[in-house]
Amino acid sequence: MSIQLISDTELFARSIRIHALRMTSLGGGAHIGAIFSCADILAVLYGDILNVDPAEPESLNRDRFVLSKGHAGGGLYAALAERGFFPVEKLLTHYQDGSDLSGHVSHKLPGVDVSTGALGHGLSIAAGMAYAGKLKSASHRVFCLLSDGECDEGSTWEAGLFAAHHELTNLVAIIDYNRIQGIAPISEVIELEPFADKWTAFGWAVREVDGHDHESLQRTLATVPFVTGKPSCLIAHTIKGKGVSFMENTVLWHYRIPRGSEFDAALAELEGQS
Amino acid sequence: MRDAFLSVLTELAPQHPEVLLLSGDLGFAVLNEYIARFPLQFLNVGVAEQNMSGLAAGLAMEGYKVFTYSIGNFPTLRCLEQIRNDICYHDADVKIVCVGGGMSYGAVGFSHHATEDLAILRTLPGMLVLSPCDLWEAAEAARYLLSHRGPAYLRLDKSAAPINVRDGEIFTPGKIRTVREGSDVTLAATGGILGEALLAADSLAERGIFCRVLSVHTIKPLDTDTLAAAASETGGIISVEEHAVDGGLGGAIAESLMEAGDFPSFFVRMGLRNTFSYVVGSQTYLRTVYSLDAASIVRTVFAKLGIVAEVHG
Repeated sequence: MSIQLISDTELFARSIRIHALRMTSLGGGAHIGAIFSCADILAVLYGDILNVDPAEPESLNRDRFVLSKGHAGGGLYAALAERGFFPVEKLLTHYQDGSDLSGHVSHKLPGVDVSTGALGHGLSIAAGMAYAGKLKSASHRVFCLLSDGECDEGSTWEAGLFAAHHELTNLVAIIDYNRIQGIAPISEVIELEPFADKWTAFGWAVREVDGHDHESLQRTLATVPFVTGKPSCLIAHTIKGKGVSFMENTVLWHYRIPRGSEFDAALAELEGQS
Repeated sequence: MRDAFLSVLTELAPQHPEVLLLSGDLGFAVLNEYIARFPLQFLNVGVAEQNMSGLAAGLAMEGYKVFTYSIGNFPTLRCLEQIRNDICYHDADVKIVCVGGGMSYGAVGFSHHATEDLAILRTLPGMLVLSPCDLWEAAEAARYLLSHRGPAYLRLDKSAAPINVRDGEIFTPGKIRTVREGSDVTLAATGGILGEALLAADSLAERGIFCRVLSVHTIKPLDTDTLAAAASETGGIISVEEHAVDGGLGGAIAESLMEAGDFPSFFVRMGLRNTFSYVVGSQTYLRTVYSLDAASIVRTVFAKLGIVAEVHG
């Protein structure tokens, strides 16, 4: 259904990771761990699921995508560039003086529907878009990718209540559940479990998936809405820093900038992956 | 003012199918007619102002003109970051409507007093800030907002000054209305408290002191020309607002005149000075407590003109 499908989403994910590694290293941007965590989700969305067209980034019938975890903007920029929304070379300006590519995602770029960065905003905006789609009986869907950390925000749950009450079947929330937030593991900060039960109790149709298993992501996302009359929530179990062994499951790589030998080692690992 | 706004919205909604009114579970009974007539153009989002503002941004991105409606600080300060990031940064066509500007909700208490909203909202890039003084201005502001595109804030007061409209007068956002001519002192007011300025002007006229009374219904963009004229043509400027003096109408006027080099002979900001409005009472009573009533304005004018006030027995 989408144009210029990237058939091999595994390769797509790898290229998102390599771009993001270079971008954060060059510009001195943070959040590489958070980007790697959702790189597979972005690859499957932009490679296989979202009906978007770089030739018509504002098309009214496109699927909307809100990256509520705006700090993973580097990953979204990479995905959009690979899909042809803007030149790949532009990625190397990330985080630098005069660039359009801010660390947190910016709607000044073609293909980016919404600027985010303050956590807990995205799901409300996505719900507004979905409610508009419902009012207009439109066929497009609204996808929103959240971090687990922003489920600490009350506004996320305000939006959760609203979406279920209004039966926003056209709304899909994907939660990047890597269980490590800004400066500590979730288990030490604000425990979210029983997480799926919470979303179910809020009236969402919930599925859980390995957020790095492309086949599972594709199969599950292809079936949205999971239940007619309910918004869909996909809890994607992920590993922060996924793809580079020394970054995986560490709090450190939320903010650490990959440089020098660490950059070289990370790049070698990513390039070595098939 | 609330009813004047809703009356215009109800009158014009059929011509504006893109209009959606979102309420944060407030407006009991007063919204009934609108809801009954336009159920598809109304949404009670519940007691969730952050979500209301984010939803409004999302709806506006899809082509709707969205009004968010609530009391006092709820549609503004509670969700300020959503207004800043989601509405203003995206230049979303969202009109934020506060009913209960200033101390309108008098005895309800401090939580319901909107006394910093003008200062805070006018700092947001692209935000139009309207604060009508009477029912005519409130209705005209509402009418204007239906044709305006982009973020706007409408502050509606429970009190309203008497209507002072000349035949054929047109409400122009960004253009101060001179509701009374005079050259001894300028009283520049915003919101319903302009009524106190008019009462003060009446009282001063009996003493041979003639006030120019300005309704600054648009705080942003500010009409610097009319203010500059007042600075040069009248004996001094007193700003009057049911709001903190910091950054509100008085602050905006001071910035404007100072930057332009148009210095009035004297300048006084009347408003709340670094205080919580904790005293219990009606809006009228609270104006006397916080020295914002007509008598206080008269005393301020006397003091600045060096007139020893009469002692009333």
